Amino acid sequence: MKGQVWKFGSNVNTDEIIPARYLNSSDPAELARHCMEDLDADFMKKFHPGEIIVAGENFGCGSSREHAPLALKAAGVAAVVAASFARIFFRNAINIGLPIVECPAAAAATDQGDALDLDLARGAVKNLTKNLSWPVAPFPKEMQDIIAAGGLMNFVTKQAKGK
Amino acid sequence: MSSHTITEKIIAAHAGRAEVNPGDFVYAGVDIALGNDITAPIAIREFEAAGVTKVFDPARVALVPDHFTPNKDIKSAEQSKILRDFAHKHKLTHYWEVGEVGVEHALLPEQGVVGPGDLVIGADSHTCTYGALGAFSTGVGSTDLAAAMAIGKVWLKVPSTLKFTFTGTLDPWSGGKDLILHTIGQIGVDGALYRAMEFTGPVITQLSMEDRLSMCNMAIEAGGKNGIVVPDAITREYVKDRLERKAVYYTSDADARYEKCYEWNVTGLGPMVACPNLPENVKPVGELKDVVIDQAVIGSCTNGRLSDLRIAAKILKGRRVFKGVRCLVIPATQQVYLDALREGLLEIFVQAGCAVSAPTCGPCLGGHMGILAAGEVAIATTNRNFTGRMGHTQSQVYLSNPAVAAASALTGKITHPAEV
Repeated sequence: MKGQVWKFGSNVNTDEIIPARYLNSSDPAELARHCMEDLDADFMKKFHPGEIIVAGENFGCGSSREHAPLALKAAGVAAVVAASFARIFFRNAINIGLPIVECPAAAAATDQGDALDLDLARGAVKNLTKNLSWPVAPFPKEMQDIIAAGGLMNFVTKQAKGK
Repeated sequence: MSSHTITEKIIAAHAGRAEVNPGDFVYAGVDIALGNDITAPIAIREFEAAGVTKVFDPARVALVPDHFTPNKDIKSAEQSKILRDFAHKHKLTHYWEVGEVGVEHALLPEQGVVGPGDLVIGADSHTCTYGALGAFSTGVGSTDLAAAMAIGKVWLKVPSTLKFTFTGTLDPWSGGKDLILHTIGQIGVDGALYRAMEFTGPVITQLSMEDRLSMCNMAIEAGGKNGIVVPDAITREYVKDRLERKAVYYTSDADARYEKCYEWNVTGLGPMVACPNLPENVKPVGELKDVVIDQAVIGSCTNGRLSDLRIAAKILKGRRVFKGVRCLVIPATQQVYLDALREGLLEIFVQAGCAVSAPTCGPCLGGHMGILAAGEVAIATTNRNFTGRMGHTQSQVYLSNPAVAAASALTGKITHPAEV
């Protein structure tokens, strides 16, 4: 997947990804309208579906709210590349099928507006603007199984039916 | 089977393994799966969309409508109704209506729903609180909750453990909150990312259960997977007569492997305050004398228990909240409310000019019941001070223990409790 980059810093927290004042709804489309609002009030006016978020350390820290990856997914964020992810955000993204890539080198070298090319199957991040590329370590097999099934609930129900 | 931490032993026991090591990937059985009025609606939607018709065990799913309750608007009422209908449909043992409900992480330990040796997951990041009881307890997302409600299991990567040893003598104005703020200040908001945080040492073994709960509550603010204290006599005394299942007491082996060990002598460590906008921006209270506040909040899953209200009442007794400051007191559960009422604490608060509310998470997450305007500043006994956490993005939150919050309410500035 190819997309233009929206760059953020470290410790982007779930209150910034989707502020708690909107959590009286769990409708992904409604949540998506307020994505990243407290970091950049006009973000959703400028963002185009298919673009990629790149951030520093500990992306998605704070609350466990799955509304955060849901809002990003519904907004059309193709993937999030970060130096590291907070653990609950990480598992939520795996569980709902929001593509995430942990790659500190790519996160450090990539700037706002760069074009990235992600090959998740082969484990590679390319910065087309800067003509750089980095390998990405694959997820453990157990996590790949969840992703391949299309998310945790699919994985679990398929297993239950297979019994 | 030796050389393991308490965290590794509890996970192994629930995964049906003789032992597990850091990095192992397991599916572990859960003793309690928890959700609230924000996270459970998504879990219930996922559960039903997958065509699952029964929860794995109606006694092992806990639904706690505590965030936007008593319902703040029509949308939140609809969210709560999803929990209520699901709880009734599946005949859940652990569902509490407004009037019975409290802040989840104060309520579940108090009611004996969680206890030593348990493996608990909750679709709320502060689920790590129950590690104070000697449980493995961690926050997950709504889909994890949906899967756990269906099959009674959760996927886990076994964390390595960081050991925090506290020695010396605890300052009379400091408590578990100050120890954990100090810890986060030292290691940062991702200093324990994916790790277990084990709290130990002579200061911890003398620490009350309510202080231990405050400490483990904020493990997530250092990125931790869980916080944990090896159970002891204080644990046994706390769970006696309240735990609904049998406690299993695990301990860490003397030769258990830790990724890193920290040891701090906390003698002379006075009250600590986390400054905006991250819990790692920790300073001694004395360095913040010039910070003027508009609001003080005493409550939450971190510090809304009876001992917290007792500390606040001792400071507020016979005095008045500073003119122009709003002081909110939120007992974390109905039992805390009733105990505070019987002890005369609520009368002290009302006479001091505090607003006392029904149990709710309310202002902690900027939900309702005490939202800040642009430019306003709060001191709060809560656990997070991110940008806009309690309201407007240009408002600010300082985190402290209840004594500092109460003292600051009296002076209108961040104040050491010994000075009032």
